[in-house]
Amino acid sequence: MPMLQKFILFVAGVAAAWFAVGAQADGNGLLNVSYDVARDFYKDYNPLFQKHWQATAGQKVEIRQSHAGSSKQVRAVADGLDADVVTMNQASDVDFLAEKGLVARDYARRFPNNASPYTSTMVLIVRKGNPKALKDWNDLIKPGVQVILPHPKNTGNGRYSYLAAWGYALRQPGGNERSAQEFVGRLLKNAPLFAAGGRDATTTFMQRRIGDVLLSFESEAELIAREFGKGEFEIVYPSLSILTEFPVAIVDKVVDKKGTRKLAQAYLDYLWSPAGQENAAENYLRPRDAALLKKYASQFPPIRTFTVDEVFGGWSKAFPTHFKDGGTFDQLYQLK
Amino acid sequence: MRGRAHPQPCHRLTDAMFAPLSRRRRVLPGFGLTLGCTLVYLSLLILLPLSGLAVKASQLSFAELWEVASGERAWASYRITFGAAFLAATINACFGLIVAWVLVRYPFPGRRAIDALVDLPFALPTAVAGITLATLYAGNGWIGRHLEPLGVKIAFTPLGIVVALTFISLPFVVRTLQPVIEDIEPEVEEAAASLGASRWQTFLRVLLPGIFPALLTGFTLAFSRAIGEYGSVIFIAGNMPLISEITPLLIISKLEQYDVVGATALAMVMLSISFVMLLAVNALQWWAANRHRPGAAGSGR
Repeated sequence: MPMLQKFILFVAGVAAAWFAVGAQADGNGLLNVSYDVARDFYKDYNPLFQKHWQATAGQKVEIRQSHAGSSKQVRAVADGLDADVVTMNQASDVDFLAEKGLVARDYARRFPNNASPYTSTMVLIVRKGNPKALKDWNDLIKPGVQVILPHPKNTGNGRYSYLAAWGYALRQPGGNERSAQEFVGRLLKNAPLFAAGGRDATTTFMQRRIGDVLLSFESEAELIAREFGKGEFEIVYPSLSILTEFPVAIVDKVVDKKGTRKLAQAYLDYLWSPAGQENAAENYLRPRDAALLKKYASQFPPIRTFTVDEVFGGWSKAFPTHFKDGGTFDQLYQLK
Repeated sequence: MRGRAHPQPCHRLTDAMFAPLSRRRRVLPGFGLTLGCTLVYLSLLILLPLSGLAVKASQLSFAELWEVASGERAWASYRITFGAAFLAATINACFGLIVAWVLVRYPFPGRRAIDALVDLPFALPTAVAGITLATLYAGNGWIGRHLEPLGVKIAFTPLGIVVALTFISLPFVVRTLQPVIEDIEPEVEEAAASLGASRWQTFLRVLLPGIFPALLTGFTLAFSRAIGEYGSVIFIAGNMPLISEITPLLIISKLEQYDVVGATALAMVMLSISFVMLLAVNALQWWAANRHRPGAAGSGR
């Protein structure tokens, strides 16, 4: 029995320690709820802001980060996660919070540049030497080319890839909705699988050596280089691609309750400061600041892009048309 | 034997439910306290979330529910999910039985290590399992490399789903069987042999009847665990609509559209099918236990 008593004491001790640590972490500060791959960006950005806030307001501020799949994150915020700010990779996610009344409906106009402090674009990543000579989107629908991309309906990167190809086809001479859908359908026929997420697609392409081309964010390419070596692949910039925006917003309901509005506003404003913009460039995200973009020109070659607003009338239209049940993606997979 | 003592407590419970509690004094103490504990615990952990699910799903009319649950993609996903889970549970029932038998019956060096290995699928985060299996079975992986020349593709096909589900559900069969096999004394086999039974007869007629109820339980546990599995499968399945899309993926897909009601509807359908299947297996088990009892007891004691 003493054995059992010792065990119970041990368990109780562990539990007490656990709660003690948990209570300590729950201090006052800012909670930034963000998407998955923004981890590196905010790991660098938060110390910059803390230094800035210390210098201007004379206060020490604690910033907590939460990262996961963006729609999961947004649902958590809607269910009561106390996020002061949300920093997402797709407007449809912030739109959902606006619908729920947590975020202002005109959140996109509360900050410059559609509330997106930096952008990226979808590029084609091919094997070293580009053995299949893939230059543009229309090379991807050729027979015998294998395309790797994350699930077009269930993942953010997948949706951007899908819309990029759609927009390209639409902008070709004589292009219309029907030809675009046919184009995307042929492209998806060349996909041997739909990866579970962006990183999984990368692993499948780089490590398992499946496929001839990987559709990915430009910002991810550098990460691939760090992981697998620069000589292993080449980045191909298509003639036209989609501009991916990363909207940020203050969660009004939470900051009003916690009294952190001023801090939250400053935190997001600072993303547009020279230091914040430079941090974006260093994380391979295209800064909005034109001068900085020029400074990092070798990293960001010019590319013709269109936005979701321009071609699809915004995410609030693009999402239901293409990715809801029965949308254009589902139509491609109906048995005739 | 442990496996066969089941029906009795059940009778006791039903007696207790119909007879006023205060009138009968039990020999074993603590019945009221532990039963109260059990009910509260189960309500909090299982009944409450499940009824939440039911309430959410009831926002749909039956026609709407049917529409969500009966689409082409949904049917294809049920076929794949339940089919792969059934295959995986069957494979584990065969090989899990062998593993459990070896671990219990034969002392050999490293037995404890192997015994501990069996639990690893419990401990490993399922996503890690999925990624590792996908890498192993991909065309250039350690295993896939040797299978691809033979024309067998596993990763990113429905077969990959079976592999992932087999991996995660193995411990259920082994851990259910071990105590039951431990209870069978080797003398039973010796007696059967000395009475002239062949090895095969000993296995089929003497050993299997005693093991069978536990084997079914293990099979059922493995099967139900496999049906709900998501984390490992999405990394190895390939997730192609109509080919390798599992039902949990469709549920996630609904959640991505913020269609919580649709997601719960699909979940309810899955739950109902699972429930009916579990009920059927339980009935089978009950039948098997009763059928084999006289014979097994005769040869065992």
